[in-house]
Amino acid sequence: MAYLGRRIGFYLVTAWAAITINFFIPRLMPGNPVQILLSRLSGNGELTPRMVHDLTIAFGLNTKTGLLGQYGQYWVQLFHGNLGTSVTYYPSTVAQVVATALPWTVILIGTATVIAYVIGTVLGTLSAWRRGSVLDGLLPATTFLYAMPLFWLALVAIELFGVRLHWFPTSGGETQGIPIAFTGQFLSSAVDHSILPAGVIVVTLVAGPLLGMRNMMVTTLNQDYVLVAQAKGLSQRRVMVMYAARNAILPTIANFALSLGFVVSGALLVEIVFSYPGIGYILLQAVSNEDYPLMQAIFLIIVLAVLVANLLADLVYVVLDPRSRQEA
Amino acid sequence: MTASQPAAADPRPEVLEISGLCVEYGEGPQAVRAVIDVDLVLHRGEVVGLAGESGSGKSTLAYGATRLLRPPGVITGGSVLFHPDRDRPELTIDLLDAGIDELRRLRWQELAIVLQSAMNALNPVLTVETQLNDTLAAHLPGSTRASRRERAVELLGLVGINPDRLRSYPHELSGGMKQRVMIAMALALEPQVVIMDEPTTALDVVTQREILEQVIELRDSLGFSVLFITHDLSLLLELADRIAVMYAGRLVETAGARQLFAAPRHPYTAGLLASFPSLHGERHVMTGIPGSPPDLRNPPPGCPFHPRCGFAEPQCRQVMPPLAAPHPLAGDRLVACWLQDGRPDRPGVVARPEPPARPAGRMATGPVQP
Amino acid sequence: MATPYGATPPAADAGELTPVATQSVHLRRHWRRYPFKVILGFGLLAAMVLMAVIGPFVAPYDPTAIGPDVLAAPSAAHLLGTTNTGQDVLSQLLVGARVTLLVGFGAGAVATVLSVIVGISAGYYGGAGGELLSMLTNIFLIIPLLPLLVVLTAFLPGAGSLIVAVVISLTAWAWGARVLRAQTLTLRKSDFVQAARAAGERGWRIILFEILPNELAIVASSFLFTVITAILTDAGLIFLGLGDTSQWSWGAILFWAQNNEALGTGAWWWFVPPGLCIALTGTSLALINFGIDELINPSLRAAGLSRKTSRAMTTGQGLTPVRRAERADLTAASGARR
Repeated sequence: MAYLGRRIGFYLVTAWAAITINFFIPRLMPGNPVQILLSRLSGNGELTPRMVHDLTIAFGLNTKTGLLGQYGQYWVQLFHGNLGTSVTYYPSTVAQVVATALPWTVILIGTATVIAYVIGTVLGTLSAWRRGSVLDGLLPATTFLYAMPLFWLALVAIELFGVRLHWFPTSGGETQGIPIAFTGQFLSSAVDHSILPAGVIVVTLVAGPLLGMRNMMVTTLNQDYVLVAQAKGLSQRRVMVMYAARNAILPTIANFALSLGFVVSGALLVEIVFSYPGIGYILLQAVSNEDYPLMQAIFLIIVLAVLVANLLADLVYVVLDPRSRQEA
Repeated sequence: MTASQPAAADPRPEVLEISGLCVEYGEGPQAVRAVIDVDLVLHRGEVVGLAGESGSGKSTLAYGATRLLRPPGVITGGSVLFHPDRDRPELTIDLLDAGIDELRRLRWQELAIVLQSAMNALNPVLTVETQLNDTLAAHLPGSTRASRRERAVELLGLVGINPDRLRSYPHELSGGMKQRVMIAMALALEPQVVIMDEPTTALDVVTQREILEQVIELRDSLGFSVLFITHDLSLLLELADRIAVMYAGRLVETAGARQLFAAPRHPYTAGLLASFPSLHGERHVMTGIPGSPPDLRNPPPGCPFHPRCGFAEPQCRQVMPPLAAPHPLAGDRLVACWLQDGRPDRPGVVARPEPPARPAGRMATGPVQP
Repeated sequence: MATPYGATPPAADAGELTPVATQSVHLRRHWRRYPFKVILGFGLLAAMVLMAVIGPFVAPYDPTAIGPDVLAAPSAAHLLGTTNTGQDVLSQLLVGARVTLLVGFGAGAVATVLSVIVGISAGYYGGAGGELLSMLTNIFLIIPLLPLLVVLTAFLPGAGSLIVAVVISLTAWAWGARVLRAQTLTLRKSDFVQAARAAGERGWRIILFEILPNELAIVASSFLFTVITAILTDAGLIFLGLGDTSQWSWGAILFWAQNNEALGTGAWWWFVPPGLCIALTGTSLALINFGIDELINPSLRAAGLSRKTSRAMTTGQGLTPVRRAERADLTAASGARR
């Protein structure tokens, strides 16, 4: 398990780095963010001494304690789940806001990514297996889709499928007025609203795993053990799946984790374009309203989410590749 | 050259009959002719060694004959007849004409391969048991899981591996063990022909010895034929019944193993033999073969070996010598060299007297020497 | 923002790539010998670069000039129609090419240089320093680029194109560094590098003259990738209103289009062309990347067989094709056969 141990260690370090970056960002700002924030907040209503205290810690006005002390206090705050109060959604705390938006994002992006990966991997495998077939045309097509700005494709999709053809709703996560619950009505409306954004993400993402899988399959098909499998007279499917693809997929999984960072970037834009009530949308609101606590929290959450996804991918990798279980 | 009298032909039935096989890489004028017009016959229970330098075409021959050659390899001529039962000629099948389903049926069941030192020949993500099971399940559709497992244990026992190893992954086995697993896997369906492509090259000499002895034992008890490909001629002395030497894609000499070693007829063979030191006997100066193998895209005219041959004559540079029996000896030796046309003044190294016939040990079932 | 995985050589991850000696990756003489997609890629790229270079000179109107024809569909007077203030979309497109491509290629170049330095050093020198660099690379790789940029630009108001370009180059190097490190690790063990070290050659010389030439294809590939990422990220940022919307760039056109309800009014000519241009630029780079992939990994090419013969067999089947052609020069069979 040395492999997993190293990965976990790495994630802890990265988490620490992200939190530390988060700590320093407001202190890099020119001007006084706290003043801005305070004036915005007081415009919204009463400022409790508690909130002022929290903000002071978060932004380092507490010059009495010095940088290291402030850093420590920041960590304490974090452990209490105290991320501050949101300007935009006052008087909700940041934690509350994020907690409401996070599930939308996770479901949308998570599902879309998995679908894209499954489709891409299968198509990549087939296109390497049958070189010179029509599947080869997939490569330039998906590449074109992959090179285009995700948000632009989203715009086009909205225009085409939403406005012109009226097939799908053009914005939002669900039809207004339906209470959020596990009811059929809510779920079907939610799915309806997510098809277009998810579709856009899937279509753009597919090229990555498709290319990776195809290239890796080509290399794998040249390996000796594939030759032996063919010489053994095994069925085509068995050779393709258990001997070739099973080996070729390993780098794709290793890469999946790392590329998730990029996926998240693009998916956020899609949310914004669709006004989908996920983290991305909230982020934009935060930016427009100079809601610093919310912005910082979102950044942190995103990084932590990516790390968790990475960890999951690593677990899958360890299951699939027996060599990684070897004590080095 | 006079035709040979078919004296002392091998009494055992033929199993694999390769005739006029031609294999090329690529197509059109750029194509490289890797195997040119090769005839080779494998008899039941026989061990035929196929020797030659890298690039001589020996592996291409084996993989081409079994249709396992990777692109851009293309077979451009000849036939490869597989005789499962010489008494029933209707079962004979030309591998080059067979469809994929037929080939799949034949593969492994009748024709198995063992690759070079199994470094990469075992699927790294599957256990040994799964890989053995695959083979059995593919060809024995009616078998049960339990019976296949039993057979797997039996096979590992054949090659001296503990049945605990069934659950191991390839990276947990040593090089020698991996090779043994490969051999066990090859014999799983008791094929008639086993092709071994440099199976011991990457192993240390001790393991090499063990593996080779194992192969001989198994051959003696199970009776399959072996086509043993190697660049190491010295291995073949003890292992092979007959040896075929290839150069630049052609067969240049075939003979019984003992005959070849005692009395080579082709200058290339003589050169190869002189490249291997022997542990016994007097020491002599090692001579390699000067020069390097020809560029197969642009082979020299005439005999492909003439640029490196110490005895080349004008005729050698212009006309390809045919593969035929050397005069005046009968027997089933063949050689492709103009020097062997019966002239009395052949160079000594290719004119040694034939060794006496010797019934002995392993080669008791081999062809009777003249 | 699409992901850059996949198109860089997979073998780098498998660690099995046999180093391609500098000599053998020779460029083919005649351009027609290259596969079609590479030619197409270069063609598209050339078109875009041309637009960037001569754009401001051939633009029919001043892109900022407002005019009477508001939200007009494409016509002879305005080939790509007008915006909601009568500005000519085509002119905006032509003028905006420059900034977009400059930011993309500039950030891409800087990021690639960084990735070469970090990646090769981490791979070659190993040890604690190498581990540290590797960890740094992975950290930068995991942190999502856009959210980071969003947060940074929000906290640093007035971020112009330059700042965005700088930030992108300081973060986008991570992917290339990772690939190069893996490749350098493999190359370090290869014979010719061992020989150079045994001969006492200095580290930096080995890197410069032995290792780097063998990795040029990967560096080129990673450069193209980073450029795509930079262009897309920059456009995304501007679209959100966080970048520099005062200059004309393709992202800026999209920003104004989005904020002026181009969608709602069905003014497709406003937002389709800029996005299309970005997509075509990215595609051209990806196509060129394919060509490089095939140069590095010859098995990705069409296996040297004619279409007919390779259709006759699928790679996966393991069935060598048989084509018995008449060969006039077959050597005469020798007299005695078995």
